[in-house]
Amino acid sequence: MPILRTLLASALLLVFGGAVLTVATDGFHAFTSETARRLAVRREPPPVPAVTLETQSGAHVNLAELRGRWVLVDFIYTRCLTWCLALGGEFAQLQDQLAAPLADGRLVLLSISFDPAHDTPAELAAYRQRFRGRDHGWLVARPTSEGDLQQLLHTFGVTVVPDGIDGYVHNAAIQVVDPQGRLVLILDAGNPQAVAQLMRRKLP
Amino acid sequence: MSTAERQRLAPAFAVALFVALLLPPVRAWLESRMSLQMLVQIPLLITVGWLLSAALPPRLGEGIARWNRHGISSLVLASLAGMFWMLPRSLDAAIGEPWMAVAKFASVPLLIGLPLGLGWPHMGFVVRGVFLLELTATFFRLGWLYLVSPIRLCNNYLLDDQQRAGEAMLVIGSLLLAGVAIKLLWGRFDST
Repeated sequence: MPILRTLLASALLLVFGGAVLTVATDGFHAFTSETARRLAVRREPPPVPAVTLETQSGAHVNLAELRGRWVLVDFIYTRCLTWCLALGGEFAQLQDQLAAPLADGRLVLLSISFDPAHDTPAELAAYRQRFRGRDHGWLVARPTSEGDLQQLLHTFGVTVVPDGIDGYVHNAAIQVVDPQGRLVLILDAGNPQAVAQLMRRKLP
Repeated sequence: MSTAERQRLAPAFAVALFVALLLPPVRAWLESRMSLQMLVQIPLLITVGWLLSAALPPRLGEGIARWNRHGISSLVLASLAGMFWMLPRSLDAAIGEPWMAVAKFASVPLLIGLPLGLGWPHMGFVVRGVFLLELTATFFRLGWLYLVSPIRLCNNYLLDDQQRAGEAMLVIGSLLLAGVAIKLLWGRFDST
């Protein structure tokens, strides 16, 4: 009978293992942590932490003060020569395409630096200037403590790794925060038209 | 060294290897690159479990063997656990989430290495052949995917690191294939 016992044991292992793999991949939808992070946010939007940021003008703004508006968030560092350049250009384009909601305050663009030691308000202002970003509706800011930075990266699911040549690589995306202050959506970077279209549908 | 002696020393060697892998600097280094985590750290953890199989009390070993004809149950368990640890998000989480790190250090030896060590002596020529060829195919499939994917599969690792891991997997797959071919052409087989 060992062969029957073996079949039984293997079948049980298959059922149990299959169940574990199903859960571990969100029903075979998410094989990478990036997909998983996007799915998790859609299913259960996490509240963004009420941390205080220092902006390009040196002013302080708490994320809780932005409630009541939609916020598009990206994570950057100003010395970046790759992805954040694309992200910066993208926010500048969104300033044009979503000019009306940005002007009347229904929407805010927020770039958060994950390199606060280097990115002083002057550097943050220069970063926005580089993309000819205008003053209205686009905040470029840095967290004021390491704890706040870690809390932000954790909530938004952003992983920053040194690239080995004195810079960083991170999972660049555009994060959408709703007026209740919840992270509701994570969008691919690199397609500002699609982002603008989606936001026009969402905005009242 | 005789077989008996090797069996006696295997558990001690397994423990030493496990402790070495747990040392924070060793762990940090082996997890700093995708290729090192996938192709050095995890295989060494599998080795720990394999070596431990020699330390199992004979009665327990015989009990398990009755449910493990030709090592089939072993292969099913090890393959499923192996699939889990091949998921890019598992590799990512094992770095960022402490409980996933614990799960890795416990499950890779106990659910992959140990069952393989227990099952291997019972596997006949056909079962071993199927296992090795499927393993080879997995290395080629994953290696190819990691080499050509334009996006990063792990948020913790760089793209060029991912491509190096892909190349290494293609090399390992080729070596496995060459090993199987040599065995087929010139090897000796038991008639089990």
